[in-house]
Amino acid sequence: MIKTTYREAVRTGLREALKSDPRVFLMGEDVGRYGGTYACSHGLLEEFGPERVRDTPLSESVFVGAGIGAALGGMRPIVEVMTVNFSLLALDQIVNNAATIRHMSGGQFSVPLVVRMATGGGRQVAAQHSHSLEGWYAHIPGITVLTPATVTDARGMLLASVREPDPVFIFEHAYLYPMEGELEEEVGPVDISKAVVRRPGRDVTIITFGGSLWKSLEAADRLAAEGIEAEVIDLRVLRPLDGATILASVKKTHRAIIVDEAWRTGSFAAEVSAQIMEGGFYDLDGPVARVCSAEVPLPYPKHLEDAALPSVGSIVQAVRAMQGE
Amino acid sequence: MSTDKTIDRQKALELLRQMLRIRRFEEKTVELYSLGKIRGFLHLYIGEEAVAVGALQALTPEDAIVATYREHGHALVRGTPAGSLMAELYGKANGCARGRGGSMHFFDAARRFYGGLAIVGGGLPIAVGLALADKLQDKARVTACFFGDGAVAEGEFHESLNLAALWKLPVLFLCENNLYAMGTALARHQSQTDIARKAQAYDLPGEAVDGMDVLAVEAATKRATEVVRGGGGPYLLEYRTYRFRAHSMYDAERYRTKEEVEQWKQRDPIVIFEGLLREWKCLTSDDLARMEAAIAAEIADAIAFAEAGPWEPVEDLTKDVYTEAINDQLSALSLSEQKIRKLRDEG
Repeated sequence: MIKTTYREAVRTGLREALKSDPRVFLMGEDVGRYGGTYACSHGLLEEFGPERVRDTPLSESVFVGAGIGAALGGMRPIVEVMTVNFSLLALDQIVNNAATIRHMSGGQFSVPLVVRMATGGGRQVAAQHSHSLEGWYAHIPGITVLTPATVTDARGMLLASVREPDPVFIFEHAYLYPMEGELEEEVGPVDISKAVVRRPGRDVTIITFGGSLWKSLEAADRLAAEGIEAEVIDLRVLRPLDGATILASVKKTHRAIIVDEAWRTGSFAAEVSAQIMEGGFYDLDGPVARVCSAEVPLPYPKHLEDAALPSVGSIVQAVRAMQGE
Repeated sequence: MSTDKTIDRQKALELLRQMLRIRRFEEKTVELYSLGKIRGFLHLYIGEEAVAVGALQALTPEDAIVATYREHGHALVRGTPAGSLMAELYGKANGCARGRGGSMHFFDAARRFYGGLAIVGGGLPIAVGLALADKLQDKARVTACFFGDGAVAEGEFHESLNLAALWKLPVLFLCENNLYAMGTALARHQSQTDIARKAQAYDLPGEAVDGMDVLAVEAATKRATEVVRGGGGPYLLEYRTYRFRAHSMYDAERYRTKEEVEQWKQRDPIVIFEGLLREWKCLTSDDLARMEAAIAAEIADAIAFAEAGPWEPVEDLTKDVYTEAINDQLSALSLSEQKIRKLRDEG
């Protein structure tokens, strides 16, 4: 085991992907000379050269679309879109092309493309750099949506993704980049189809993903001190969603709460809730609960941003409220 | 019109034949549309045939094509069998995309035909990427990207020209300027209506060509392709052409006058080229009659192929959303859906 940061784990994943497959190349805004906005690709330009680590203009639509085209043309591009907010400028390429071409062409063409981007709030960067829109992406059939929350997943999901024949979108919570964790040295690609129980428990299931995992685990520790044993599920993969792991846990705990940093209305939390209703209604002792962000554009001042985002306190409170039911 | 009389007779007849094939094929699709055999959107290329026929003469089978929703002609000239295209229009499983795309989404991997993409401007970034893949793999291929004058207003046009020029990628940007972005005239949506000039802003060569003259289209495209294939980076060609029919089947054409359409029909690329070949003694009435008969037979066969084709089974609805392995995973994971189906089957 080596101690590493999430950022370094992403970088290790990128480096290993570049080393292991000559078809892999990186492309995006400031991935080369600058080393990546979050320093994830720092040093890779020097190591792999400008053909394989390509700085692009600020033209999200063309460089994501070119990723699709290069994938169609036999390459394995990894495209970095600086943040999920900027990915909106490439939605045409993602929704209309990447997600459709395989099915629409009757299976003739595959798009083995990996797109990485930062997501999430909590860094006081206000309403245009703090979105959590991975739930939107999970709406789209034809793509796979991953939300690595640990250093192992940050590296291993990337390595698994470059082997996929279809487009994979990886959402890295920006708050996690400096986070430290233990990384096994020789672990290659990890599974990208299953949710994982990060903490076993018997009284309530907390279902979460990405940056909210760590808040949920801390909340579970606090709840344990009060005698409430929460099981924490890290979804890891939003599409295809691992419903079986969720339902198995709910069958055991009879209570479910979803922590999702996106806005509540139309959120991925709503989808998880609906699936529990469809598949586990008779296992429930009470209504499914949700902890989501307040329905406001995220404000800049810390006290307001804190109030808008899910917190350890709000998760603890929501779980307590359920126990009274 | 070009006056190069040294043109090879067989070659000239083939250009005429290809234009006629597109015209007759599409005329037939109009009939089939009114019979309800073809549904959805149907965008006709009639009037613009010289562009696809002339331009594709410059390409080799190794080159790639990215086209738009008005792509029947390009696929026909590229060599996708008319039957598989007609079956696609019918939505049949023996269509070139298993019937899933219809008129706007022809695909043919064997001929490197990457659609049939129906978001205006959306094909340009894909073409840039295909060309990037070729460059990274040291393949001396070019990617021909067709788009209309409407696409010039999209950001993707500008982003794509810039990136392709910046990275010296082998892309032929082929603008089919038929003067209307659906119903909006070029002068009503562009401050600079000289599309070829827009290339200057991105430092790539740009050239306007008479799109009603198949020989001029062929000559210009061959010149441009030579530059692109030789590593000179991308090239923008603007073919000035005109669509004789409505934008699609649901278009009352309130935005242009009958007189304007009639005027352009005087420049019908097929009529003009036919006249020229007669003048050059390359074409007799018998030749033409034989050509028409062969085309009629090909289209009749195509219709029979489409009529006889099967519908894709509903069980295959979700096939190829992902590659097979992930499909299995999806069905294994969607427990609630399985439960619902089980209930329905039992009930």
